[in-house]
Amino acid sequence: MKPPAPPGRARSSWRSRRSRALRLGTATLLLWAGLATPLSPAPQQAAAAEGKKVLTVAVAQSVDSLSPFLATRLVSTSIHRLMYENLTNYDVKDAHPIPGLATKWTPSADKLTWTYAIRSGTKWSDGEPLTAEDVAWTFNKMMSDDGAGTANGSYITNFAKVTAPSPTELVIQLKKPQATMTALDVPIVPKHIWEKVEDFSEFNNDKAFPIVGSGPFVLTGYKADSYVRLEPNKNFWRGAPKFDELLFKYYKDGDAAVAALQKGEVSFVNNLTPAQSAALKGQKNIKVNDAPGRRFYALATNPGARSKDGERFGDGHPSLLDERVRHALFMAVDRETVIDKVFQGHAVEGEGYIPPRFADYFWKPSADQKLAYDPAKAAQLLDEAGYKKNSDGKRVGKDGKPINYRVLCHATDPNDKAVGQYLTEWWGELGIGVTLNCLDNVTDPWLAGTYDLAFDGWSVNPDPDFVLSIHTCAALPASPEETGATDNFICDKQYDDLYAKQLAEYDPDKRADLVKQLQSRLYDTGYMNVMAYPNAVEAYRTDQIESITTMPEDAGNIYGQDGYWSWWSAVPAAASGDSSDGSGSAGVLIGVAAGVVVLVGAGVFLAMRRRSTAEDRE
Amino acid sequence: MSRAASAAEATTGDPALAGPSAGEPRTRTAYTYARYVAGKLAGAAVSLFAVLVTSFFLFRLIPGDPVKFMTGGRQVSAEQLATYRREFGLDLPLWEQFTDYCGKALTGDLGTSYQFRAPVVDKITEALPNTLLLTGTAFVLYTVLGVFLGTRSAWRHGRLGDRLNTGLALTLYSLPSFWLGLLLIIVFSVGMGPIPGLFPTGGMESGGEEGFAYVVDVAHHLVLPVVTLVAVEYGQTLLVTRSALLDEMGGDYLTTARAKGLRDDLVRRRHAVPNAMLPTVTLIFVNLGRTVAGVILVETVFSWPGLGGLFYQALSVPDLPLVQGLFFVFAAAVIVMNTLADLIYPLLDPRVGR
Repeated sequence: MKPPAPPGRARSSWRSRRSRALRLGTATLLLWAGLATPLSPAPQQAAAAEGKKVLTVAVAQSVDSLSPFLATRLVSTSIHRLMYENLTNYDVKDAHPIPGLATKWTPSADKLTWTYAIRSGTKWSDGEPLTAEDVAWTFNKMMSDDGAGTANGSYITNFAKVTAPSPTELVIQLKKPQATMTALDVPIVPKHIWEKVEDFSEFNNDKAFPIVGSGPFVLTGYKADSYVRLEPNKNFWRGAPKFDELLFKYYKDGDAAVAALQKGEVSFVNNLTPAQSAALKGQKNIKVNDAPGRRFYALATNPGARSKDGERFGDGHPSLLDERVRHALFMAVDRETVIDKVFQGHAVEGEGYIPPRFADYFWKPSADQKLAYDPAKAAQLLDEAGYKKNSDGKRVGKDGKPINYRVLCHATDPNDKAVGQYLTEWWGELGIGVTLNCLDNVTDPWLAGTYDLAFDGWSVNPDPDFVLSIHTCAALPASPEETGATDNFICDKQYDDLYAKQLAEYDPDKRADLVKQLQSRLYDTGYMNVMAYPNAVEAYRTDQIESITTMPEDAGNIYGQDGYWSWWSAVPAAASGDSSDGSGSAGVLIGVAAGVVVLVGAGVFLAMRRRSTAEDRE
Repeated sequence: MSRAASAAEATTGDPALAGPSAGEPRTRTAYTYARYVAGKLAGAAVSLFAVLVTSFFLFRLIPGDPVKFMTGGRQVSAEQLATYRREFGLDLPLWEQFTDYCGKALTGDLGTSYQFRAPVVDKITEALPNTLLLTGTAFVLYTVLGVFLGTRSAWRHGRLGDRLNTGLALTLYSLPSFWLGLLLIIVFSVGMGPIPGLFPTGGMESGGEEGFAYVVDVAHHLVLPVVTLVAVEYGQTLLVTRSALLDEMGGDYLTTARAKGLRDDLVRRRHAVPNAMLPTVTLIFVNLGRTVAGVILVETVFSWPGLGGLFYQALSVPDLPLVQGLFFVFAAAVIVMNTLADLIYPLLDPRVGR
C-alpha cells in the first residue's frame, strides 16, 4: 500500500528530522546539565566549608500551632520547651524541680502565697531584659483571656492573683494549697512582643522570624509539614547549644525515616518498631537507644459511667461493678506474655501506676497484695461472685445471659489488637466472651461510657499530679452532656481523700509517700490493670552526634524529655560537617537526573512537534 | 491537542469563510453549541451545589461532638465548652449552620480548622501548590508517555513490542504505589550495591535554600515521587488509548486513506488517532481533576507536604471544617474538569452536542 514516493528523499528527510530532534534534545540536556552543574553542588560545598553542624531530627506529627498558648501536641510543646524557658525545670538525673527562670521559691506559712526570685540579668534573644513583669503578664493573660488559656489553662485555675512587685520578684496567690507550684510547665513569653497580639485564639506565632524567646534555641524558620528550623540562642543563660542548627524534618512514613537515618540525611529518629530497631542494631555509625519509657499501658474497666451529680449513663456491664470480677480479670492476664510476645521485649512489666523512671514516686504491690497471674484463682473468684458457668461452659450474668465484654481498642495501635487476641483466649478459658471494638475514634464511646473495658495509656510527667487527678470524683463531667477530665469515670472516696492530702502536702518526702498510697488504693480497686511500661525506642547517628544527654541520665530517652537537655547538650561529632548528606559529590548527577525526568516529556513532545511540522511541509 | 485547536478553528471558522450567504447555518451552529454549553454549565452548577450539601451533611453523620473530641482528656469547664461551640457555630440549629456555611462558601470562606486554628482556605492554599507540583508534573509525564506508548502498541498490536509494553504497564499499574515508593527510596536514596544514594529520602526541600538553588533542590526532591506516580499511572492511559485505537483500526476510512497513498505513519497520526481520542480525553480530564486531590499514599511515603496528608490529618481528628473544605475542593476539581472535557468534545467531534 506504500506510495511509490522517491525513496531517497523520504529517507533523507527522515534522517535530517531525526538528527535535528537529536541535536535539539542534546542541546537542551547540556543546557540543563550546565545550569545544574555549577549551582547545585555550591550550597553543599559552602555548608561543608563553613563546617555548619546541623542536627536533624525526623518527626511525623504536624505542628498544631506555634503559639504556646494554643499548642497541645507533643511536637509543638517540645519545640516550645526549646524556645521558651519556664519558671522551673526538672533535674536530668531524677527529675526533681530545679531552677529555670526562677532561682528560688518559697511558700508562705498559710500555703497560699508563693514567692519566686526571678533570675536577674537574663535577656530575651533580641537583647531586651527579661523580668518578673514578663512572667506575671504571661500568667495574667492566661487568666483573663479565654484564648490565651486554651492550652495551659489548667495550670492557672487555682490562681487568685499574680503580681511582680519588682523586676526580680514574682508573687502568686492561690485559692487553695497546691503542691505542684514547682511544676508549672508554662512557657513564659516576652511581654514587649506579645502585648501587640489582638486575638490569642487565632494568633499562631508562625509568620515573623526569628521568634523572640528565652530558651536554648531561637526559631528561625518554619514550613508546615516540611521543617522547623532552630538556631542557638546566644543569650541563653545556661550557655548556647553546640550545634549550629537544629532542624526538625518531616517524615510521615516511619520506614522512610529509618532509610533517611541509614543514609545520614537525619541524625535522629524515634518511635521505632521492634522490626526497625532490630534492623538498625549493629549497623555502622548508628546507635539504638532502647530506653525505659515514661508511659504506662493499661486495661481500664468501666466502673459505671456517671456524672458529678450522680446521674448514671452509658451501658458498662454490671458484673464489672463487683471488685472480685475485676480482680479475676486482672489475674487472668499474663503480663509476661504481653511483654515477650506483643512488645517483643521492648517494655517492662507493669504493676503500679507510675513508671519506675520516676523513682521518687514508683510503687510496687507487696507480696500479699499482688494480683499475680493465676487463672485458677480467677475462676474461683468468679464462682464466688456468683458468675458460674452454664452447661455450655459460658459464665452467665445476673440476667442469665452469657457474659461478653466489649473491649475498646485503638485501630491504629497494633499492640491493642495483639493484646486483644490474648485477652480473647485467656478470658475465653474462664468462660467469658470478648468483642474487640477497634476504632479510629474511641473518644466518643469512651466519653459516653458505652464500653466494658478499654485499652488505656498516659505519658507521666515528673510531677504525677495530672495522671492522678484524672481518677478523682472532681474530674467527672458535671452532667452526662458535658466533658469531664476523668479518664474512665473512677470515683472513690478513699482515693479522693488521699489525692487532696498529697496536693496540699508541700514536704516532698511526705507527698511522695501519699502518692504511693494513692497508687496502692488504685491497684486494690482493680479498675486499672497496668500491664506494661513500653520502652522509648530511638536511634541516632554516632558520626553526627558525638554525645547526647538522656533523661534519666544513666538510662533514659532522648525525644520528648522534660526540659531541653537532649538537644541543648548534644555535641557534634568531629566528622559531622561533611557527613550530613552524602549527595554533595553527586550534585552533577542529580542535576542531570532531575533534568532527564523533565526531558523525557519535553523530548517526546519536541520530537513529535518537529515531525508534524516536517509532515506539513511534505 | 493540536487537533483540538484545529478542529475548533474549523467549526467556528468555516461558516465565516462561507460568507454572508451562510449566515443561517452559522447562527444555528453557534446556537446549538451555546445551548449545549449552557446545559453543561448548569449541570456543573447543580453538581457543585450537591457537593456542597453533601460535604456539609455527610460529615455531620460522623458520630460524636467535635468539641468534646478536641478537648477530650483535658480539663474543660462547661463554660469553656460553650465558648468553643459558639466560636465554631456549633450551638446553632443544623439548618442555620448549613445556610451559614453555604453563604460563607460563596464568598470563599470555608471556616476555621479546629486543630490548626487557621482558616481552612489558608491551609488548602498552603498545600495545594505542593500537590499540584507533584501530581501535575507526574500527570504531564504519564499522559504523554501513556498516549505515546498506547498508540504505538495498538498500531503494532500482537507483536512482541506490544505485549512487552502492555505487560509492563499492567504490572506497574497493579503495584501498590507506597511499596514501589519505598523500594525506590531504598535503592535510589539510601543506595544499594553499586547504585549510589542519589535522591533525598523525603520531603520537598532541604530547608534554607533560596533562589535558583531552591528550584534545583525542589526538582531534586521531586524526582522519586514523580517516577513512582508515573510508573503506576501511565498504564491506565496506555491501555485506554490502545483499546480506543484498536476499535478504530478496522475502519473503512483508514483503508481509504491508505488507498490514497498516504504513508502508514501519517494514516495513524492524522486519521486514526484523532478519532480514537475521545475516551482518552475523558480519562485525561478525569485524571487532571484528580491531580488536585493528590495521591495520599505517595505523599505519605515521600513526606510530601500536600493535600493528601492534610486530608488524612483532617479525617483523623475529625476536623470537620477542614474535611468539608477539602472534600468540596476535591469534588469541585473533578466536576470542573469533567465539564471542561464536555465542552471540548464538540470541538473534537462535531457530532457531539448537536
